[in-house]
Amino acid sequence: MRPGVTELEIRLLLEAVYQTYHYDFRHYAPASMKRRLLQAMTYMHCDSLSALQAKILHDRSVFPQLLEYLTIQVSELFRDPEFFLALRRQVLPMLATYPSLKIWIAGCSTGEEAYSFAILLAEEGLLDRTLIYATDINDQSLRRAQAGVYALDRLRQFTLNHRAAGGRGSLSDYYHAAHDAAVMVPQLRRRITFADHSLATDNTFSEVQLISCRNVLIYFDHELRDRALNLFAEALCPRGFLCLGSKESVRFSALAPRFRELCAAERIYRRID
Amino acid sequence: MSALPAESAGAATVAAVVIGGSAGALEVLRPMLAALPPAISVPIVIVVHLPERSQHQLAAVLNHGSAVAVKQAEDKEPIRAGQVYVAPPAYHLLMEPSLTFALSLDDPVHYSRPAIDVLFESALDVYGDRLLAILLSGASEDGAAGLQEVHAAGGITIVQAPHSAAVAIMPRAALALFRPTHTWSPADLAAGLPQLLSLPTECRSPP
Repeated sequence: MRPGVTELEIRLLLEAVYQTYHYDFRHYAPASMKRRLLQAMTYMHCDSLSALQAKILHDRSVFPQLLEYLTIQVSELFRDPEFFLALRRQVLPMLATYPSLKIWIAGCSTGEEAYSFAILLAEEGLLDRTLIYATDINDQSLRRAQAGVYALDRLRQFTLNHRAAGGRGSLSDYYHAAHDAAVMVPQLRRRITFADHSLATDNTFSEVQLISCRNVLIYFDHELRDRALNLFAEALCPRGFLCLGSKESVRFSALAPRFRELCAAERIYRRID
Repeated sequence: MSALPAESAGAATVAAVVIGGSAGALEVLRPMLAALPPAISVPIVIVVHLPERSQHQLAAVLNHGSAVAVKQAEDKEPIRAGQVYVAPPAYHLLMEPSLTFALSLDDPVHYSRPAIDVLFESALDVYGDRLLAILLSGASEDGAAGLQEVHAAGGITIVQAPHSAAVAIMPRAALALFRPTHTWSPADLAAGLPQLLSLPTECRSPP
């Protein structure tokens, strides 16, 4: 049986996190949030959510631990290869008509999505004229993303994904193997700016031609999802591209009229004006 | 919603049905859905463990022969009465207090995503003792803990009778934890579910 947790305790804890650490989880989807908090509570040896709240209020050093539970996202290079194949075939030829490109990976976690885009762009001859902004709220994830080091045992799946995504060369052209890890090559990292940005509290920072925000909005409630989609509509250039996760859509959102489907199966949209 | 006194039996009106199963569950689900009248006054939400490829087909497979429409639940979709929903492949399916669905890619539970416990526990947080939860044949212990919580909160719980299950691990895991409201064979389920859903209420038009 799950330990008892009241809605009030959850609200108070998220408010405490916001007031103390300025991370705003108050509009995350409640059901998943509750599960994650229960998990954190167990692993951080607290008998109640109120106890967990007291712990993070009085000891700043334990907050990053909680943040991990609330933000952790597991990804892969070329996760959902069909998506990257659709990008390669349908979107990149259109992006190639721009003299310079800016791409925003919103919720980049530990960097896999950003490096996948960089590799894809390199293969299609577009990386040299592209800047990739990869943002997340978790500093620890951003540091790992910046380092671009992935365990070697994950490379098998990455390689399969890359091939299924229509990869032209060998994935090994894009990393150096060192001990038990693969380090992404500097040519990729040079084109990526990893930065702290919150879809809950920050605003847009640049005009971009493409935004990828996959499997992030499922964790937001309606209000926060709409806020994020509104940021995307503002940040995208006219007819810019928005990529969502394979089971996400702009349906059931007030912002739906700002986008039209380009590739329904892969959840690729274009901004309309 | 309703603060009216419960029926004489003391049972609260069922507001939603959640169903979980794995190996051997489809064979039970199909006749069960086929036995339902076209207009039901609750949503029915189903998680069945299947290989990802078959999971894509689940809504179509269950739709065949069911008078009630079956669809794959979408993220942030409003939960509607009179509709059967199944989880999309490889995502957890949760029910939200705002009466919408939510998806998550959080870790598998009992090696499963979608997981039955995740659906049951989130549904319980929304519907409380007005939830009816059913655990079918299966080769995993997923769902047992969630079902126990539904039971403890006063919801109706039904476990497929282990002797009638193609794989009895799942029903047995639940029965090891508590005594459900009913332990039913597939035939009992097909006959009994419509009855449980037709409890009279003040706000429903007659069928």
